[in-house]
Amino acid sequence: MALLEVNEMTQYFGGLCAVSEFSVALDEGQMVALIGPNGAGKTTVFNLVSGFYKPTRGEILFKGQSIKGLKPHQVTARGIARTFQNIRLWFDMTVLDNIRIAQHHALGYGLLDCFLRTPRYMQRERDIEDHAMELLSRLGLGEVAHEFPKNLPYGVQRLVEIARALSTRPALLMLDEPAAGLNSSDVEGLIKLIADIHKDFGLAIWMIEHQMDVVMSLCSWIKVIDFGATIAEGSPEEIQNNPEVIKAYLGDDTI
Amino acid sequence: MKRLTVPALLALLLAVLLWACMSGALNAYWQSVILFMGVNIILSSSLNIINGNMGEFSCGHAGFMAVGAYVSSLLSVALFTKSAVFGEPLLSPDLAVWLFPLVLLAGALAASVVGLLVAIPSFKTRGDYLAIITIAAAYIVKSTIENIGVIGGARGFMGMGGVMNAMTATANLPWIMIWVFVGTVFSVWLIRRFIYSTFGKGVDAISQDEIAAEIMSVDTDRVKLVAFMVSCGLAGLAGGLFAHILGYVNPGTFTILKSTEIMVMVYLGGMGSLSGSVLAAILMTLLIEYLRDAFGYINTFLHYISVIPDSYEVTQVWKWVLIPLLLVLLMQFRPEGIMGRRELADVFPGLRKFYKFKG
Ligand SMILES: Nc1ncnc2c1ncn2[C@@H]1O[C@H](COP(=O)(O)OP(=O)(O)OP(=O)(O)O)[C@@H](O)[C@H]1O
Ligand SMILES: [Mg+2]
Repeated sequence: MALLEVNEMTQYFGGLCAVSEFSVALDEGQMVALIGPNGAGKTTVFNLVSGFYKPTRGEILFKGQSIKGLKPHQVTARGIARTFQNIRLWFDMTVLDNIRIAQHHALGYGLLDCFLRTPRYMQRERDIEDHAMELLSRLGLGEVAHEFPKNLPYGVQRLVEIARALSTRPALLMLDEPAAGLNSSDVEGLIKLIADIHKDFGLAIWMIEHQMDVVMSLCSWIKVIDFGATIAEGSPEEIQNNPEVIKAYLGDDTI
Repeated sequence: MKRLTVPALLALLLAVLLWACMSGALNAYWQSVILFMGVNIILSSSLNIINGNMGEFSCGHAGFMAVGAYVSSLLSVALFTKSAVFGEPLLSPDLAVWLFPLVLLAGALAASVVGLLVAIPSFKTRGDYLAIITIAAAYIVKSTIENIGVIGGARGFMGMGGVMNAMTATANLPWIMIWVFVGTVFSVWLIRRFIYSTFGKGVDAISQDEIAAEIMSVDTDRVKLVAFMVSCGLAGLAGGLFAHILGYVNPGTFTILKSTEIMVMVYLGGMGSLSGSVLAAILMTLLIEYLRDAFGYINTFLHYISVIPDSYEVTQVWKWVLIPLLLVLLMQFRPEGIMGRRELADVFPGLRKFYKFKG
């Protein structure tokens, strides 16, 4: 059984068909990519899977159960986490708080526990903080735990967002253009980091990425969409040599 | 040791206050100023959860205060004292001292349930629209009370003085001072525990980026619901105390002007700063008291220099020009208030020696 199975998912915005009959099956531990030219509908696919929009048609199964129509926080609780193309951290609270809040679905205590500081509350808050600190140091962010994201360089903010997504303990991590805006040495570090995370956390990773070196060095399988429709899918080699892709995605240039 | 300092200080403060009230060192006027200070602290720090931490704009806090004021007043009068509305007390007046906290709690719970009136629309809408809804909710509460004849309607409801007298008859202590003090400390303590928990920090996450909050596992509807209920419930508690300080309640007290006054305190203190709200409530209470006299002097002065016609008197009413004006000026020139988003401990790190802040 596939971890994530999307069947003929279609999304209209008014008259615009942003995603058309999109299907994908993703196995546990796989690392795959979704590529396509600007405005192709890639981010919309992520928004649909993460529950931000409800698809006009089609179904989305996660671990064999339908997650279509669930609220985003419920989808996250099921084990899908994501990052955003334009970084969406909570910029005015510490990095540590950012990571802690992303465990809201697994708080394990209620308002009364919180007022009374019951042993359960104290224990859970300790666990939440330990988990957060562990993740931060794992991603080399231990130093900035008490900084505000707004004061951090762009590249570090991207890492914090990945840490925040991991904090929800996902089985599937969706990265929306993780390398966007990074310089070439940062990109190298990112490639290594993603490979490590993939190995250590044993999760499936699905990324949208424009930078071909990232996609080619990490992903075993690539899907290409244009104007919402799938135009090709296959291994990196197949995609590299597919004339349709070269035409749609790369214009007249070659890879 | 560290954790004991603040409770010890508070106990000392209460002891000093009680001594000052009983020995006459504090006259009735200053006692009432301190009592209103307490009520205002509860009001501003509870509204701060919504208008500060959550970044919403609720303009109806006085409405929830009214619910608490009426529910607890009706209950306490019915239970502990002989009245025209309810007749003989249902319980022995001796019990008033013991059961009064429960009466206040009932008022708070009622207010927090009415808080749903605002919380549920807040799932779908934000900003200006929610502001309008909160004003509407406050007016619904006020008009409802005005139209219930048995409890006095627009004329108001009284008899709470009898309840306070019943307490004094049991033990001769300045009870209202005790209740207001305990209520204030309790409220600030409750709010602190809420907003510093990972659960409560969800409120800040919603204010900074609601979509990110929802996608990163925060059940935003639930967090908003809880935040509104805590905030409105504490407004109800403040209302209950307020009614028992005055001994009577009148729906005319709980207008949008009262809500504005509370909002000024929140914005003066700094949005999202609990210590700022407390500080601003203290300052505003003093300012309002000061204005009471000041308008008299201003009146005399303006007549003296013949700026206003002889037939016109500058009265208390001008408070309602000054306070909204203060809000406008504050938003215009120092929107971050006294404290910004910071707490006392951020401004004076030395305080950390005495207490584990942000615990
Ligand atoms: N909420 C919305 N309402 C209307 N149109 C939308 C909405 N969201 C996306 N679109 C449109 O859907 C199309 C696909 O957008 P999407 O953001 O998914 O593209 P993308 O492949 O992620 O592009 P990019 O590479 O620039 O990030 C675009 O034409 C966009 O304008
Ligand atoms: Mg995109």
